Amino acid sequence: MQLIACPWCGPREELEFSYGGQAHVAYPSDPAALTDEQWARFVFFRDNPKGPFAERWAHSAGCRRWFTAVRDTRTHRFLSVGPLAASGSGATS
Amino acid sequence: MAEIQTATLTARHPLEGYRDLLEALSAELAPALALELGGLVAAVDLRVDPAGGGPAAVEQVVGGPLPTRPDTWTALPAGQALRLGPDEWLLTSAAAQPEDWEFAVDEAAAAHGGMAVDVSAQRTALRLRGGAARELLTTGCALDLRPRSFPHGRCAQTLFGQAAVVLVAHGGDDLQVLVRPSFAAHVVDRLVDAATEYRPDPSPESGPASWETP
Repeated sequence: MQLIACPWCGPREELEFSYGGQAHVAYPSDPAALTDEQWARFVFFRDNPKGPFAERWAHSAGCRRWFTAVRDTRTHRFLSVGPLAASGSGATS
Repeated sequence: MAEIQTATLTARHPLEGYRDLLEALSAELAPALALELGGLVAAVDLRVDPAGGGPAAVEQVVGGPLPTRPDTWTALPAGQALRLGPDEWLLTSAAAQPEDWEFAVDEAAAAHGGMAVDVSAQRTALRLRGGAARELLTTGCALDLRPRSFPHGRCAQTLFGQAAVVLVAHGGDDLQVLVRPSFAAHVVDRLVDAATEYRPDPSPESGPASWETP
């Protein structure tokens, strides 16, 4: 099992983390003005790249904080981790 | 009208039923390993912005320094302060009443936009001592617990046998395990099972250990 470097706790076993989907999905500035299709795109549609992918992860068995990680979807290698970006992510710490 | 019965409720360790078993185990495995139940303490969970004046204000109330680095703990006059996260601490006291401890810490934290909640019943404590203590914990935990990477003053929230625990390193081979009461029996069962390995003569001919339940 691989280690994931939590920005607060340092390298920990993958089992302690949970996945939070794509990072940097901006909340619509005026949700009421969206059509049903645009709203569905915001709620359900996510990128599925082959290669580096910015994702949200939570260290649920440790410090219980959310952070952003860039993972290569081909190799499952973590390229970088950083604090949760202040803008755009749906989750709060 | 029937007379109303009143009784005084006294705090009881969630693992009280294991006390005799752990004593027998510690007696047979001394000095390699000793397992004992930790005392009941008042505990509050403190959430406050580490950059503001909150931590300093709380330090005035608890009478000791709060840990500044990740995954470390400091000693308070009658307890401990553990850093659980960037803006989260666990403060314990063996001397204070839980309600008073929560009220005093919360009053100091609230002035700086923080808060404190009584979590005295959330976790229960176990103490592991002896040269085999660190190795015993690694049977269910993936952290590097060798003294070099987990020295006195470190603490860590992690998993032991799939149960969420807080491991606290005291001096030498002295470790404290904080675990939720509902998972405590599971954790102790695993530790007792793993401890069989440290019997002086683990061969079947030597008979069952004095602490083993049939």
